[in-house]
Amino acid sequence: MRIALVATCLGDAMFPQAPRATVLLLERLGHEVVFPADQTCCGQMHVNTGYLDLALPLVRHHVDVFSGAADVVVAPSGSCVGCVRHQHAMVARRGGDEKLAQAAEDLAGRTYELSELLVDVLGVTDVGAYYPHRVTYHPTCHSLRMLRVGDKPLRLLREVRGLTLTELPDAEVCCGFGGTFAVKNAETSTAMLADKMANVLSTHAEVCTAGDTSCLMHIGGGLSRLRSGVRTVHLAEILASTTEGAPA
Amino acid sequence: MTTDLGMPTVASDPHGHLRGTEPFPVAAHRALADTQLRQNLGHATRTIRAKRAAVVGEVDDWEELRRAGECVKADVMARLPELLEQLEASVTARGGVVHWARDAEEANRIVVGLVRETGSDEVVKVKSMATQETGLNEALGAAGIAALETDLAELIVQLSDDKPSHFLVPAIHRNRSEIRDIFLREMPDVDPDLTDEPRRLAMAARAHLRRKFLSARVGISGVNFAVADTGTISVVESEGNGRMCLTLPDTLITVMGVEKVVPTWSDLEVFLQLLPRSSTGERMNPYTSSWSGVTPGDGPQTFHLVLLDNGRSNVLASPDGRQALHCIRCSACLNVCPVYERTGGHAYGSIYPGPIGAVLSPQLTGIDGPDDVNASLPYASSLCGACFDACPVRIDIPHLLVQQRAAAVEAHGRPTAQDLAMRAAAAAMASPGRFSLTERVVKLGRLLSRSGRIRSVPGPGAAAWFGARDMPEPPAETFREWWGRRERS
Repeated sequence: MRIALVATCLGDAMFPQAPRATVLLLERLGHEVVFPADQTCCGQMHVNTGYLDLALPLVRHHVDVFSGAADVVVAPSGSCVGCVRHQHAMVARRGGDEKLAQAAEDLAGRTYELSELLVDVLGVTDVGAYYPHRVTYHPTCHSLRMLRVGDKPLRLLREVRGLTLTELPDAEVCCGFGGTFAVKNAETSTAMLADKMANVLSTHAEVCTAGDTSCLMHIGGGLSRLRSGVRTVHLAEILASTTEGAPA
Repeated sequence: MTTDLGMPTVASDPHGHLRGTEPFPVAAHRALADTQLRQNLGHATRTIRAKRAAVVGEVDDWEELRRAGECVKADVMARLPELLEQLEASVTARGGVVHWARDAEEANRIVVGLVRETGSDEVVKVKSMATQETGLNEALGAAGIAALETDLAELIVQLSDDKPSHFLVPAIHRNRSEIRDIFLREMPDVDPDLTDEPRRLAMAARAHLRRKFLSARVGISGVNFAVADTGTISVVESEGNGRMCLTLPDTLITVMGVEKVVPTWSDLEVFLQLLPRSSTGERMNPYTSSWSGVTPGDGPQTFHLVLLDNGRSNVLASPDGRQALHCIRCSACLNVCPVYERTGGHAYGSIYPGPIGAVLSPQLTGIDGPDDVNASLPYASSLCGACFDACPVRIDIPHLLVQQRAAAVEAHGRPTAQDLAMRAAAAAMASPGRFSLTERVVKLGRLLSRSGRIRSVPGPGAAAWFGARDMPEPPAETFREWWGRRERS
């Protein structure tokens, strides 16, 4: 299958290992990945901070870049796909652009978060990965409650050779990131992060994984500050790892 | 002193208590540092969450019930004026008197006037959010009328000159031993050996209240549901104290937000299943009192119904935003909200806290310029979405939060620092060329890195992140650089 990749702005600039792993994983499974080079950002930060007017050109750009790129679009991010699927058309309609809204809806119907693509579209749960580490999984809010990915990421992780999966207590509670929330309400965000980290540490996992680099940036930023010895790794990186090692 | 909590003795805002005095992050700062509050809230919300989850889980058609509740409410909003007129006609036909109040001030004026007409200088009250919203007790107090709250938790709040922090459990921020101390301090004839055993506390409150029930000639209540076609008012409570207030006095004055109307009796069937399971985690509500106008020789012989707008018409005018009026005040969204659990209800300033309050309060008051404290409320959420999943009438609170954030941005007037940052970011992301330039700037962050992590960066706003979190070193190669290198090879 020919699949267009949304690298996500954060993935592209700060966490390239996540989109890289997505490419290598999908290619290993026999699919062709294209990267439309004009892509920038889905506009999630602007939408969720209330700048819907500023988000409109970003939505238009995203729709322009991806509409003809491939039949299926994937992003290794629950929140970016959440924005595409549940907010792009709303932003377009609010801006009075019904044509864009319809194009956004069409694109949204073909845009998948990574675990959705693998399990629902490609029909695989065993991707042939090998990752000999003790891992706990944080289900990010938008993948859980906007996309309803359910246990798909866990089904993928359970098939990974060598991996010990430990259950995260209060897993479904937000880590406190919330985009600009982490800065605008930094103290409340930190209080939420403290509880998330305590739960991660209680699992004695060596790796905390999730399907979204932004939440991982938050949890990982806290774990790093504490010198906790636990690292954050995107789900795609685990699934892309083989007995040959982790992806470059 | 109430003034210590930032609430004026008599509400000066015509909207009543829908606005606090400081923005959410400032109020939250204090709440987050209060370890006793954190313990009390954490314990209470965890307990209610577990109870709710258990009783919701046993209903096979819970999702259908939620949809039914949503549909009834959407229908009500679509023909609210017509239903209210029908309610007025039904109540009047059954011997009640209906009053219309534009805002909190007018509602208070009406109620104070009605109590004065009876010649009474005291009233007993059933727990009511609407009268908390209007600041009725302060208005009555200013008119020399003593209002006694009879709901146990509301009584605790009133005795300690505090304000409610939760719809359902107004004293959720207090624990048993704090409550014992309040009773010992504020109840004149309480047993000095009172312990913090729940039963002993309840008995002390009962003894305190019973005398008032027998002497009071005026009762004041709120409304859970008002049935338009029969003129029936329904109040849902757990203690039976409410029923005493509703049945013993000669005069009953009921204040209801206009959105509380439902078309017919059979609509109650949906809500009386949704509400108790969502709020107290019970299968059935313990005391559900319903009355239609006046019944000669039985219960209050004079009944007044005050219909309160107080901004609701403005909310109704927004086709999307009006779903905030669907709220049945169950407080399930408060109990599941990770922000509420950590800051408590007072941080929201408004009498309506939590996720629904964070949208409803600014919707009711409107956002009055960039310095309006209610402009901070829609940002008091990480948009995690737990509130929507818990809401028994499926209010899309995350969407409303985004909508109210947009309203807050529109109220800025002159551009703020945040506006400028957002404009710059939008400009950088609107074109591929500028985006890769931005990526090169981000890469300069490598200069700030020590052993792969960044502990702080200069600039406004950065301190908020770096107070508790590191950032990884920006990568030597962005994804698009890697992709380009791979394409070329």
